[in-house]
Amino acid sequence: MKKRGAHLLTYILRRVLQAIPVFFGTTLLIYFMVFAMPGDPITALFGDKTPNPAVLEALRAQYHLDQPFIVQYLLYMKDFFTGNLGETFSGQAVGDVLARSFPVTLKLVIMAVVLEFILSVVLGLISGLRKGKLFDNANLVAALVLSSLPVFVAMFLAQYFIGIKLGWAPVTVGQDTTWGAMFLPALVIALTIYVTGMRLMRGSVIESRQADYVRTAYAKGLTHRRIVPVHIARNSLIPVITNTAASFGALIAGTTITEGIFNIPGVGNVLYQAIIRGENPTVVTFVTILTVVYVVVNILVDLLYAVLDPRIRYV
Amino acid sequence: MSDRQPEHYVAPIEDATVEVDALKLKERKSNLWLDAWRDLRRRVLFYAALLVVLVVLTMAIAPTLFTDVSPTLGCQLTNSNGASIAGHPMGFTRQGCDVFARVVWGARTSLSVGILVVVITAVIGIPMGAIAGFFGGKLDSLLSRIGDIFFSIPYFLAAVVVMSVLGQYRSVWVIALAIGGFAWASLARILRAEVLQVKNSDYVMASEAVGRGRMATLLSHVLPNSLTPVIVTLTIALGAAIVAEASLSFLGLGLNSNVMSWGQDISQAQSSIRTAPMALVWPSVMLTVTVLAFIVLGELIRDALDPKSRARR
Repeated sequence: MKKRGAHLLTYILRRVLQAIPVFFGTTLLIYFMVFAMPGDPITALFGDKTPNPAVLEALRAQYHLDQPFIVQYLLYMKDFFTGNLGETFSGQAVGDVLARSFPVTLKLVIMAVVLEFILSVVLGLISGLRKGKLFDNANLVAALVLSSLPVFVAMFLAQYFIGIKLGWAPVTVGQDTTWGAMFLPALVIALTIYVTGMRLMRGSVIESRQADYVRTAYAKGLTHRRIVPVHIARNSLIPVITNTAASFGALIAGTTITEGIFNIPGVGNVLYQAIIRGENPTVVTFVTILTVVYVVVNILVDLLYAVLDPRIRYV
Repeated sequence: MSDRQPEHYVAPIEDATVEVDALKLKERKSNLWLDAWRDLRRRVLFYAALLVVLVVLTMAIAPTLFTDVSPTLGCQLTNSNGASIAGHPMGFTRQGCDVFARVVWGARTSLSVGILVVVITAVIGIPMGAIAGFFGGKLDSLLSRIGDIFFSIPYFLAAVVVMSVLGQYRSVWVIALAIGGFAWASLARILRAEVLQVKNSDYVMASEAVGRGRMATLLSHVLPNSLTPVIVTLTIALGAAIVAEASLSFLGLGLNSNVMSWGQDISQAQSSIRTAPMALVWPSVMLTVTVLAFIVLGELIRDALDPKSRARR
């Protein structure tokens, strides 16, 4: 037991250390894509718009463009870590915008992930227990079709049929960011991603149905009603849990289009509006922030996996 | 004493089951690809997906086979958001253009971006994954860390940055580079894992034992035997790339507005979703069916190439 604890600790340390080059690599790459382009990067950021000279000057100062490239980057990172994230196009502090919008995105993503988990477990369990039957086949096909719906198509379908035709849910969310108002977009997200978790659940249910301990359970006279939840379902959950955790990270970085279409005032929507209006400096800032969040969440997911599954080799 | 019984029963020659060996000789010749093909050939879904891919491919190559109506010329605002009439089966867009013609012509953008992304992904991802897995050591660490960095940026966000910055140079190549320049990392990971398994096979050691060079062994033995997951990943990546292009176009980060694209048409139709939903629905259907076809194809190939899954069925 003690040995496992020690191994786990080294693994955690190692995983965090490994993340450091990834962290600097990703931010450097984004920075490079923007600021190592030929020509004046600041004017390039504005495309065909003519910006206010004062704004140009402020941006030049913020990105330290009078310095050599690598110094620019390091100064930018220093600002990033000290919480000096700059301003959005309309002059609001990025930190303030984040403080306002991040909780909303978190709420949406948590709801989507919980729904994804429920769909994966329930449908995967039933499918696994009835492998090859009608329900199983229908479920597999439905999950595949739903997963190939591009996000914006799925969102429009939901908006049109459930929001407009049936009137069961608000068409857009706006400032009303209650759990109820965001249920429809969260459900649509869950429906388009549950395929992976459902298949993992189905696979491990099929496997554990033939496992010795399940046969033993039947042999000692336990009923189906007890064996399914206790012996089959519970032992199949670990891969589904880690998959759900992984999709949590992907979703935090990937709600741009959803939040844009449903007008949910989260981080994704800030990015969406900036893209639509061509406010490139804001686009770059928020992509960087979302990437950093994504990297951090992925480390946490790996650690969760190591803690949950004692069979994992700490390499 | 003289009539000695044999100690064991020996069957008369005509009772012996020699046919077992004979049968084995006659068994069909079997290899991975042949088995996979036999498996695929029996599945209706495979033909359905293939048909969709072929139709979309034909649309991309020769759109005039499907429609005489121009998708851009002859758009009349009097037709704005009009319902379907004879000769215009899918109605009109807000600009009064024929939806069917736009759907047909849009195939070209989607497919060319999709195919280019797959080529770029393969050209970067295959050498990175194969070399990292086969040579190992410091080279592996270096290549894998580079891959980790690209893998850790959500590739849609990366493409958003590239397209925002390169706003004035929008072409099919730039979009494909923006998507494929980041999508290769997952292919490299998958191939590296496969190469690690294959390189310990007897035939690889044999090849090195008879004095083939490392590179020659990699190219002639390791790589061909590691291609299964690559083909599956690339087929599914084609579908994903089409979605990515449509999503970029939807955000206004795709090709210029004079180029037909399903994503762009969907984006432009969204403001009329209440009054003229069909201009939104048709490109969406086309996009979804095409993506679905590639994903189904990839999954079927995966299934067919996996001997374990075949045994299970």
